[in-house]
Amino acid sequence: MNLLSRRIRIEARLDNPGWIGVVSSILGIVLALIVGGFVLRAAGANDPIGTYQEIFKEGFGTPADWQAGITALLANTDCPKGSLCFGPLSDTLVKASPILLTALACIIAFRMKLWNIGADGQMFMGAWAATGVAVFLLPPTTDRPVMLAAMALAGILAGLLYGAIPGFLKARLNINEIITTLMLNYIAYKWMEYFVVVGPWSIGDFESTGKFPAAASWPRLTELSDRIPVLSGLTVHPGIFLGIVAAILLAWILYRSRWGYEIRVIGNNPKAARYAGISLRRNIILVMGLSGALAGLAGMNEVAALRELNGRFQRGFGFTGVIIAWLARLNPLAAILVAFLFGGLIVGTQLIQPQGIASMLQGVILFVVVGTELLFHYRVRVEKIEQVTAAPEASP
Amino acid sequence: MTEAPNAFEMRGIVKRFPGVLANDRVDFACQVGEVHALLGENGAGKSTLMNILAGMYRPDVGEILVKNQRVSFHSPQDAIAHGIGMIHQHFMLVPSHTVAENMVLGLNQPRFLLNLSHIEEQVRALGEQYGLVVNPRAKIWELSVGEQQRVEVLKMLFRGAKVLIMDEPTAVLTPQEVETLFLTLRDMIKQGHSIVFISHKLDEVVSIADRVTVLRYGRVTAANVPAQGTTKSQLARLMVGREVLFLVEKEKIEPGEIILTTDRLCAYNDRGLPALRDVSLQIRAGEILAIAGVAGNGQRELAEVLTGLRSATSGSAHFEKTPLDNHTNWLEIGQHLAHIPEDRAAVGSVPSLSIAENLILKRFKRPPIAKGWSINKAAVRQNATRLVQEYNIATPTVETPARMLSGGNLQKVILARETSEKPKLLIADQPTRGLDVGAIESIHRLLMEHRNRGAAILLISEELDEIFSLADRIAVMYEGQIVGEMPAEGADIHQIGLMMAGVKAEA
Repeated sequence: MNLLSRRIRIEARLDNPGWIGVVSSILGIVLALIVGGFVLRAAGANDPIGTYQEIFKEGFGTPADWQAGITALLANTDCPKGSLCFGPLSDTLVKASPILLTALACIIAFRMKLWNIGADGQMFMGAWAATGVAVFLLPPTTDRPVMLAAMALAGILAGLLYGAIPGFLKARLNINEIITTLMLNYIAYKWMEYFVVVGPWSIGDFESTGKFPAAASWPRLTELSDRIPVLSGLTVHPGIFLGIVAAILLAWILYRSRWGYEIRVIGNNPKAARYAGISLRRNIILVMGLSGALAGLAGMNEVAALRELNGRFQRGFGFTGVIIAWLARLNPLAAILVAFLFGGLIVGTQLIQPQGIASMLQGVILFVVVGTELLFHYRVRVEKIEQVTAAPEASP
Repeated sequence: MTEAPNAFEMRGIVKRFPGVLANDRVDFACQVGEVHALLGENGAGKSTLMNILAGMYRPDVGEILVKNQRVSFHSPQDAIAHGIGMIHQHFMLVPSHTVAENMVLGLNQPRFLLNLSHIEEQVRALGEQYGLVVNPRAKIWELSVGEQQRVEVLKMLFRGAKVLIMDEPTAVLTPQEVETLFLTLRDMIKQGHSIVFISHKLDEVVSIADRVTVLRYGRVTAANVPAQGTTKSQLARLMVGREVLFLVEKEKIEPGEIILTTDRLCAYNDRGLPALRDVSLQIRAGEILAIAGVAGNGQRELAEVLTGLRSATSGSAHFEKTPLDNHTNWLEIGQHLAHIPEDRAAVGSVPSLSIAENLILKRFKRPPIAKGWSINKAAVRQNATRLVQEYNIATPTVETPARMLSGGNLQKVILARETSEKPKLLIADQPTRGLDVGAIESIHRLLMEHRNRGAAILLISEELDEIFSLADRIAVMYEGQIVGEMPAEGADIHQIGLMMAGVKAEA
């Protein structure tokens, strides 16, 4: 009996054209929004599309807002009543700067197939060290640039050391870095809790170090509002430039430097790296250190923006970094854009109830993006086949 | 001559994989009681065709007939039910189980109670019938490679296979084991079995096969050629499509200074067992010393110790006057010491990086590639363009990832990287394994060129043909020891075969 039927075949792709990465990231986000829409519905939103529009508006503003802002800027007037002008964009950039740094921390480690999921803890240690310098080490009268530079250095050093611990354990004793970095997160949380909530750094019962001296906080755009009134209320600070500069530097390291070449060789084929005389141990420790340093800088960046360290210092930036790193396909420059979009998502969903929606959407996006990874390596083809007679029963 | 009936027939087989047409309207048939060799270069589609016959793949188009009945196989079980069994290059045996236990693996019967002594009896009887002597109670890991292969053959006979497909069965055997295998095969065809013999070793094909079918680029270029009266060079031409030179011209040259010395070198393998035992060797400039031996007798460990990838436990090795140990500045020596590793994909290259980036693996720390902390992109590209041209590497661009290259081309990338700086010492570990005759020819010529210009070459090979055509001296390695060393001229292949199997040379 001959019959014509079709079958779906999933075949390995021989070529991975660049557009596939972009398409699958975008497809991932679109699919995630669709899936998220159903969840929003289940959570009680009657109009998911409307909700998304609202999220976008809260996160980025509308073209009308931007136009009003530009008009006010040119006319040197206040932002007109009822318009948000640059407010949402400013909030989004504030959120984007720490997650860009933690994403870069993940990217450099993941490039060498070191699964550092401890960026959160490293960020906490960075925040802790920067606070120590700002509040307890340097006098409040220190010049702002000196103070901020000292805080950044402290944050970087603390993160570096905290990242190098699992790096050292991996390099010397081959201890799985996933477990150690994950566990070190909780140690960092408790460390911070000890100092700020119960311990020596809290002022009275406030679970806080109290407000930082002015020199220890990022300058904000709103400080210029007496000259340019439209900037009033904008909390955006130079921290975002820190992230962008770090991203460019990281891209240079990865693609142009000898060290980056070593990292890519190890990440792709550690045996070939050994064969070429590249030290695995040294690079594991160095890369984990750099990864931790970037996360630590994110911690400094965040306290300098918050202008205090308190018991509610937010957890999870490190994990958002994992998602962004993956969405950006471990490309430091792409991470800038993705971090900005994620900042918008976080700001836009802040007002949504229940509060878990934002993290749920993030989770769905990662899930779908990892799923569309399939597109990267395989393609789906429908083909006609000629079916021949059925096989006889096998019997030995 | 009477025409024997066909054991099976494949008609118009087409099989497509992404980007390749592996089989293009292939017709292939094997008569009852013949050894039919299927010959072709790597990637010619031999294995694909046989995997279709054995039920591993399904053809896109075409049909298979067994005893003139159309059949369709959905799994290897279907194929074996029709008497067709395949013995893969990598054995499919459970090492910790006994021979008899491996026999019943994957069978539907017995369904519940396993009467092993009954099976052992059957195995013994089959073994006697075909001259495949093996103890049915022995565990697989206790057996030599040759014995394991016998178990594979027995397994197929136990399942009632009338047609046996053997994928490069001699690749892992010593010359003596090959002879034994051939005796068995002749015995089997006398008893009415048919054998499809996949190979690219022309000598073997000429000596064992009744007829030969040649595949090239997925198509049949010569069908059912009688092996008797056909020469190696005729077959090679059919296979490659051009004349192939088998013998590289070996100029007589006087060896120069001693380049490499090892003195009672010992080392452990990855499992912490002694792999090298008191290995003492010397190689002079302009000389090829070949290490003959069955894989896994310490050859890889020797290459690794000499290139700094493994540390010696005792003894010493010197490159000219420099000791090769953990304190060596390998970066400095690296320019003079080239290493072609055994496993080109897993060790010798970085699959996702481009060819250009693979070509700088050993020199990115030195100018002109290194420029301070950065890598000079222009120099990388220049280096790649030059080497691709010089070494005839077939690739669309120098930015193509290394994993897209064929085995032969990948090996050329590695050779280009390792030899273009004219090293004084070249360690080549199985440089031609798995390559086709065309690629082998060019690699042999390259090695000879480097010898002639005065490089010392340590050639590790399992192919005695290769050793005999290239080496100046031959050392045989067995269980980590050098069991014999002799000049290549006048060496006796039979005796080397015995030494490879562990029989010490008479003093």
